[in-house]
Amino acid sequence: MAAPLLSVRNLRTVFGTGGGGIVAVDDVSFDVAPREVVGIVGESGSGKSVTALSIMGLLPQPQGRIAAGAILFEGRDLLQMPPRERRALRGGAMGMVFQEPMTSLNPVFTIGDQIVETIRQHERMGTRAARARAVDMLGRVGIAAPARRLDDYPHQLSGGMRQRVMIAMALACSPRLLLADEPTTALDVTIQAQLLDLLRDLQAEFGMAIVLITHNMGVIAEFADRVLVMYAGRMAEEAPVGRIFDAPKHPYTIGLLASTPDIVEDNVRLRTIPGTLPNLADLPPGCRFAPRCTRAIEACGAGQPPMRDFAADHRAACIRADMDAAP
Amino acid sequence: MAAPDAAVLEDRPARVPFWRGPTFRRLIHHRSFVIGAILVSIVLVTALIAPWLDLPDPNRLAIRFRFRPPSGEFLLGTDNLGRSMLSRVIWGGQLSLAIGLGVVLLNAVFGVTLGAAAGYFGKLDGPLMRFADALMAFPSVLLAIGIAAALGPSAMTAVIALAVVYIPRTARIVRASVLVVRELEFVQAARASGADDWRILRQHIMPNCMAPLIVQLSFVFAYAVLSEAVLSFLGLGAPPTTPSWGILIAEGRSYIREAAWLTIVPGVAIAITVFGLNLLGDGLRDVLDPRLRVEQG
Amino acid sequence: MTAAPAPTPIITVDGLAKHFPVRGGTFLNRTTGAVRAVDDVNLTIAPGETLGLVGESGCGKSTVGRLILRLIEPTAGRILFEGTDIAGLAQRELLAVRRSMQIVFQDPYSSLNPRMMVEDIILEPLYIQGARKGPETRRQAQKLLETVGLPRSAIARYPHEFSGGQRQRIGIARAIAPQPKFIVCDEAVSALDVSIQAQIVNLLQDLQQEFGLSYLFIAHDLAVVKHISDRVAVMYLGKVVEIAPKRTLYATPRHPYTQALLASIPAPHPRLRRQRARLTGELPSALAPPPGCRFNTRCPHAQDRCRSEVPELRTLAEGHQAACHFIDQIPAPAPLGGSPRNGTAP
Repeated sequence: MAAPLLSVRNLRTVFGTGGGGIVAVDDVSFDVAPREVVGIVGESGSGKSVTALSIMGLLPQPQGRIAAGAILFEGRDLLQMPPRERRALRGGAMGMVFQEPMTSLNPVFTIGDQIVETIRQHERMGTRAARARAVDMLGRVGIAAPARRLDDYPHQLSGGMRQRVMIAMALACSPRLLLADEPTTALDVTIQAQLLDLLRDLQAEFGMAIVLITHNMGVIAEFADRVLVMYAGRMAEEAPVGRIFDAPKHPYTIGLLASTPDIVEDNVRLRTIPGTLPNLADLPPGCRFAPRCTRAIEACGAGQPPMRDFAADHRAACIRADMDAAP
Repeated sequence: MAAPDAAVLEDRPARVPFWRGPTFRRLIHHRSFVIGAILVSIVLVTALIAPWLDLPDPNRLAIRFRFRPPSGEFLLGTDNLGRSMLSRVIWGGQLSLAIGLGVVLLNAVFGVTLGAAAGYFGKLDGPLMRFADALMAFPSVLLAIGIAAALGPSAMTAVIALAVVYIPRTARIVRASVLVVRELEFVQAARASGADDWRILRQHIMPNCMAPLIVQLSFVFAYAVLSEAVLSFLGLGAPPTTPSWGILIAEGRSYIREAAWLTIVPGVAIAITVFGLNLLGDGLRDVLDPRLRVEQG
Repeated sequence: MTAAPAPTPIITVDGLAKHFPVRGGTFLNRTTGAVRAVDDVNLTIAPGETLGLVGESGCGKSTVGRLILRLIEPTAGRILFEGTDIAGLAQRELLAVRRSMQIVFQDPYSSLNPRMMVEDIILEPLYIQGARKGPETRRQAQKLLETVGLPRSAIARYPHEFSGGQRQRIGIARAIAPQPKFIVCDEAVSALDVSIQAQIVNLLQDLQQEFGLSYLFIAHDLAVVKHISDRVAVMYLGKVVEIAPKRTLYATPRHPYTQALLASIPAPHPRLRRQRARLTGELPSALAPPPGCRFNTRCPHAQDRCRSEVPELRTLAEGHQAACHFIDQIPAPAPLGGSPRNGTAP
């Protein structure tokens, strides 16, 4: 693999202060290569969104802070960077798209103003040129008659349109990395499909890497090159997308896939993962999935299982996952 | 999940006296409730037992003792006519507390009824709220003066006038909460089971509207105690022979440079009462909200 | 469940319509128009059957559920519960029917009154029907909790002490408390995490088996609907555009909208990724739906007739109906799956 564009090393993000804090992200490490699409999948409390916010430096203040680890973007540690340089990266080389298209645009400014503002924050450019760029971007994200749309206010647009505007804004300064946090979750399926197609086209066009955060295995199957499965703040499994679906190793990944109703095949009864999602303030001592895991043994409660290699690019944090199936 | 034995729960007696029940236990463990209750009790009890305290007559003039600052002889000093501030503030408490609580009670009954009706029954909302807006457009003291003048001067008049003046505010706050809670799915669920409007309001909507109401009512109390002075000052409230806290402050205002204690003493009395009621209200709100309960083992 | 000499359906909906008035004007609340949220919908649900109702947001599917339960008043149409029209009944007369029809909501947080203990929450339908609280009803509550997979001790706790999935179980316990015959599941699993969603879907199916329940399963997740339903109806802008047994609908969708909807589902496996014909454009406003077929603004096959004449539901095969003028000219879509996938779950 080429030198990674983004390299997260042993990230640990904590919420709350003093002894009562909870560890939302614990010892997470992964790389994103240039032009690669990495999907991070997990359920509530898995830490997938907090991971994205940690990378972007957008943790809610003052509750959230990064307690340990490094986040290297093009070889430079974002956590050691002066705040001003980091701000310059945000919205410039690193763009982000959020889940809620309703609240992530400012309702009192036109969308044109908001895109122009973003562009001019990062590039020395006149208003006229920036507006031209904004029109171009709106056109590229599939908004018809972009020059007229520029003067619309967010409430005049539908949810899908707003999400397109958000994407246009994130891409306005040609980022090399786009973080998309559940970008289609609030949208209807037909709009979701349009947006995923759009993101794929734009990725090819702009040559950026994408980190896509989702709870939806279908979106992962449709979109990701490589997948990171998270559970209760820790990494459960990391593998190329084909292997995640064909040869998952971690019992949680296996359970997650089996819980998803299949649109192609008829399944008489869904396989479930028993129990409830863990409370981050009250985690089990060993493997966090052990209380729900049908394959758990006593040793699973002893300590955090390390990530083990199963194949090239395929790692899982489980002491019970069988090695022999690896090719 | 380890389930405690169901039998334990079945043993739970159906009814226990309030002072042995869980709500009471939570109340006496709630720090601000306890402090508030102590403050309010001190004020209330002192006012109630005033006749049995060995106090000088609050209206006895003693010109040679006028403007005495607080000292061993006159614990809280004397006023411009030499009357004991201690007995005036204690006796005054009787009237002020009665007026304040009366106003809160009357205001709550009408404010909650009108607010709930406006919020819950869409048809009533427009008319009721336009009327409330009209009332709120008048300066509140002016309105109270008008009502009191129409009813003739008495302590009761003051209570009614002040309660009416703040009803629109209370009603608006209740209405706003009702509008939010009304749309929640548990209300729909109750309706799907055939619950009638009365049950829905009583069981589902009102209990979930208490927090802002309690805060509002403690404000109403403070406003009532202060505004009563204005009415009395204009001769529209209680006769001036029974000094209320509001009157004491109004009278003391003229001497605020020379004898600040004339205003400070009743001011502190009001402050303690309102502070106590606020704490009491906060405590009630917390204890009544299951989500904020901290179970102690 | 679709064959058999049809017994009296649990629910028959006939010409159901709901138009929400839109008020405008600064001073007087004059009615300036109407959102035709539901327009001439006909459905039947047999005893023990699950009818899935799918469509995008704003298509009126939730409104249909609430109309059937008379949570909102229909503008027109009949709602037959076991053959009796309940559309015209006064709320007081409805009480007897209410125990037989219940609802499970989407949001496990706002669907339970935070101020009430679980015991009182799940027994409320019985209290309303006149039951008196006592040791008898408490035992009943405990039994209901066990039925939905919660510990008996939960009766004395409050909703906030439970997770989303557990709260949804409480909501289900409340719905089955009066021993209903019919339950509307309004996006009942949509807000849950995948691993929890599967548990609740299984629970709903178990309860159906055990008590012979009929469901109207309203959801936007086509995979979940396919899993749980016997028949599926697809709605678009207030109208049912296609209805069919689920295998038929998912294997050979006939209405262009159904086809587009199914094509929008993300591939279940990375190997099945493909560029598919996507629906262009967005949902038109229900305030001013397009004349003729409401789908004509987004339909790749639309012709002049579609812009002027409203298509009626036509029967294509046993139990399969679709509302499209050119149904015979619409090409069949590519199958969803392609090649059968390898077992993913060992």
